[in-house]
Amino acid sequence: MAKAKNPRYITKYQYNVMLAKKYKQLYWMLLPYMFFFTMFTIVPVVISIFFSFTQFNVLQPPEFIGFENYMRLFLDDPIFLKSVKNTLLLAVIIGPFGYIFSFLMAWLLCELPVKLRTLLTVIFYAPSISGNAYVIFTQLFSGDAYGFINSRLLSMGLITDPILWLRDEKYMMLIVILVSVWMSLGVGFLSFIAGLQGVDRAQYEAAEVDGVKNRWQELWYITLPNMIPQLMFGAVMSITNSLAVADVTVALNGFPSTNYATHTIINHLNDYGIIRLEMGYACSIAVLLFFLMLTINKAVQRMLEKVGT
Amino acid sequence: MNKAKLTKRQKKMRKLQKQAYKGQKLMYRSKFARSLTSGRSNRSLTGSLTLLICLFILSLIMLFPVIFMVSNAFKPINELFIFPPKLFVIQPTLDNFFDLGELLADSLVPFTRYLFNTLFIVIVGAVGHIILCSMAAFPLSKFKFPGSKLMSELVVMSLMFSTAVTAVPNYVIMSYMGLVDSVWSVILPALSMSLGLFLMKNFMEQVPTALIDAASIDGATYFTMLWRIIMPAVKPAWITLFIVAFQSMWGATGTNFIYTENIKPMAAMLNQLSGSGVARTGVVAATSLVMFIVPVVLFIISQSNVLETMATSGIKE
Repeated sequence: MAKAKNPRYITKYQYNVMLAKKYKQLYWMLLPYMFFFTMFTIVPVVISIFFSFTQFNVLQPPEFIGFENYMRLFLDDPIFLKSVKNTLLLAVIIGPFGYIFSFLMAWLLCELPVKLRTLLTVIFYAPSISGNAYVIFTQLFSGDAYGFINSRLLSMGLITDPILWLRDEKYMMLIVILVSVWMSLGVGFLSFIAGLQGVDRAQYEAAEVDGVKNRWQELWYITLPNMIPQLMFGAVMSITNSLAVADVTVALNGFPSTNYATHTIINHLNDYGIIRLEMGYACSIAVLLFFLMLTINKAVQRMLEKVGT
Repeated sequence: MNKAKLTKRQKKMRKLQKQAYKGQKLMYRSKFARSLTSGRSNRSLTGSLTLLICLFILSLIMLFPVIFMVSNAFKPINELFIFPPKLFVIQPTLDNFFDLGELLADSLVPFTRYLFNTLFIVIVGAVGHIILCSMAAFPLSKFKFPGSKLMSELVVMSLMFSTAVTAVPNYVIMSYMGLVDSVWSVILPALSMSLGLFLMKNFMEQVPTALIDAASIDGATYFTMLWRIIMPAVKPAWITLFIVAFQSMWGATGTNFIYTENIKPMAAMLNQLSGSGVARTGVVAATSLVMFIVPVVLFIISQSNVLETMATSGIKE
């Protein structure tokens, strides 16, 4: 405080106020975006934490009930537990597999001639561009003999009766995984392609002289360390997407799916939030999913920092 | 000292020998083989070939459902229900598209109305998104002021959870604001998608700061700096933002928010059509092709700009 009284020194707070005054115009520029961001991203997260401790059906004012929603989720809702199991299973398979798949594809593409590279980029990226291209799989895996896969298997004599791919619990999960991996080459994939283009060619030449023996060593010692920012971005995208599988299961297996075999957390969330309007309960699901996504993302980022070292 | 010099020299000689040997090895490779291995001797030719073949096979697998979808759209009715179903169309017709046209002409709300709704949502949403994001990205990327770091971190953090998490509370907010059952319920949340701000901010960081300094000496306000200097320099970024926003809103059905028929977007109407059973298999195939092809074509047109933007998309600590 003594320093603050001396006119030659200012406190950190005063300095910040000075800066804020100097950049007043910049705050005005930030304002519109931040208004909508707060309104539709920050406020929803905050109020869903609040609502998760209440019983709320939109029409009547929320009623505080403490941890009852969370207790009900874990102790009294077997379908929720099943949805957690399904979501984690999907995420554990689709996340890493889709991630590695998009990186490998980007890596294989990166040194092809420009035109071929563009063509293949479009082919790989196309499934995730259009939001509902996956609907075609309902015809490929249609349960009657007219379904494409069934008819092929029948005519080859591998099966005698058509398989109910989308209604039989044995196959449903497998097909959701297949379709999700098909769609997993999204924004992260583009980021990988662009990042690979940006790796300095001179480093590869230097590595060749310094005794890097094959392309796998090249990948590990040069390409990957150069790509860490893009790898982080791709990881965030693929984790977020793999935990948010929901529309695919509704389109393929219906809602609710047979015996909840492919019921995911988001399906459960939409069930309570949009259909049954039990907002308090739905919000407690959302809060759990929110923290699950953040935790997994942070953990994977820690891991990726160690790549190539 | 002498010794060290000698080893250094020896090392250099060895290096040169090695290079010469490799150069020789490379010379023996045909032009084709050299292009396959990118002219590098430490890559094996068989490896390159295997990987190329793998890539080729995988691209066929990825393409397979798309081929099926495209050929379905051109199949006449007897081919759609043939047993066993064929992958490729034998006698392509445009019947399905004409059927779609007829259905649309008969609908209660004219088709152009749905099209207008979708175009309104996509264009207002995407343009608004670009304007808001570039206005916010400029201060965050080029200046340090109290709160700037916090805001950048919040944006990166919001990339880590999907919008599905906020959908339910969003509904509550919309209903308090009286936005339920209007197109704004689709547009407004899309305006502040964090991916757009993130990409724009990273791209703007590349623009040389010297340009801004020069402008500030000339007495330009921050707004003029943004519109006159930064925006022309980040053209790839705003093209990318347009594409990303377009992709996210093109297929939006607004099922949970919009109930009145004549403000529903096109995707909602097409979903209703395709929900009406086996008799409309051909129409469904035609509509899914239409819904699929528009964003793909837009992406093909803009792909070089998109990739340029994505090059800066990394998350730095």
